[in-house]
Amino acid sequence: MSIWEYANPKRFMQTSGVLLPWVTGASLICLLVGLIWGFFFTPDADKFGSTVKIIYLHVPSAMMSISAWMMMLVASLIWLIRRHHVSALSAKAAAPVGLTFTVIGLVTGAIWGEPMWGTWWAWDPRLTSFLILALFYLGYLALWEAVEDKDTAADLTSVLCIVGSVFAFLSRYAVLFWNQGLHQGASLSMDKKEHVSDVYWLPLVVCIAGFVLLFVTLVLLRTRTEIRLRRLAALTTRERLA
Amino acid sequence: MRSLLRRDLWLAVRAGGGFGLGLAFFLLVAVIVPLGVGPEPATLAKIAPGILWVGALLSCLLSLDRIFALDFEDGSLDLLATSPMPMEAVVAIKSLAHWLVTGLPLVAVSPVLGLLLNLAPEGYIWLIVSLALGTPALSVIGAFGAALTVGLKRGGLLLSLLVLPLYMPTLIFGAEVVKRGAQGLAVGTPLALLAAITAGSLALLPFAAAAAIRVNLR
Repeated sequence: MSIWEYANPKRFMQTSGVLLPWVTGASLICLLVGLIWGFFFTPDADKFGSTVKIIYLHVPSAMMSISAWMMMLVASLIWLIRRHHVSALSAKAAAPVGLTFTVIGLVTGAIWGEPMWGTWWAWDPRLTSFLILALFYLGYLALWEAVEDKDTAADLTSVLCIVGSVFAFLSRYAVLFWNQGLHQGASLSMDKKEHVSDVYWLPLVVCIAGFVLLFVTLVLLRTRTEIRLRRLAALTTRERLA
Repeated sequence: MRSLLRRDLWLAVRAGGGFGLGLAFFLLVAVIVPLGVGPEPATLAKIAPGILWVGALLSCLLSLDRIFALDFEDGSLDLLATSPMPMEAVVAIKSLAHWLVTGLPLVAVSPVLGLLLNLAPEGYIWLIVSLALGTPALSVIGAFGAALTVGLKRGGLLLSLLVLPLYMPTLIFGAEVVKRGAQGLAVGTPLALLAAITAGSLALLPFAAAAAIRVNLR
């Protein structure tokens, strides 16, 4: 019994089919509990007022947008090294989910930033690096769409994912350097953890767990869809040849 | 290897190979910006480092799809792939040729454009140094992007989408060097980081680009 058994699409479909309702339910419960707890049963913070509640969407989605890219990186490496198709398909399946999380992070950040910092957008290091991350997701998705042959597309996007990871990491630190060199970046990028006391922390942890489970659910679902699409394509080709 | 370099250079210089196109574009950017933002010397001096670097980056981007696309179409890339030279070396040589016909001229004319944009006198030497150090990275990163998109019918727009995010660290450090240089501050840190990006890209990206080309030729 090793993890490589799941490289077999049939085996993957069986297990993920069993798992899917459970993770769906768990993520729903976590999200419902966390969000309702966070939105309605936590006090307003003194300096933030009720705007603090957007933290329950903002922080988990921002965390997941980075984790999704990491997952794509691992899946791409597995595809390049061991040529397991399920791995390549799961990387493809994770990309739109990750992009959506990044956009949610940016949009909720803008909505939060307007009352707090008095601006929708600032060239703060964190904001800038997330914008760059969103561009990387877009490029990755566009490359998947553009290449006709599926295996070629999987290879090329895997290479792009690896190189992109290095450059996304570089940009993160480049931006930090650039902004500290010019503006008073530190006063804008308030360290969010510092302000959080247990009252806010516990529902936040539940929300983060909910977002992780949601990501797992969506990726499983989308990978299953991709596998079915592949099967469909194979069937139609066979039909045409017969 | 030397003959491949000579061939690429000749192709670029002759027969409308795009030599001078990037240069003209760079020139136009530097001319257009004062028309757009107004001729006040103080404003221009403030934005000059950034504009010059953005202009250099865009004119580099303009000629990227030529690195492999023409050779892919007429089949010479297949010949190169079957030749005893490793694909990594082909990529490196082609990036070098691209740099010689686009990057190096940009470095050469940049002081003149700095003059047009009223760059502070202390900035010139750092403009030249940072462009000389940074444009090789632009060429080799671009070669990687071109290698990814070489098999596509309309790769141009996709190429820009893929390559621009990869260019950001280089742009940030390059413009920072000039900005600090123009203000008379110490430039050591960004310059070292810029050099590190160039050295790292030169060492590693030919392998990634060669892998992408092998996939595309499959």
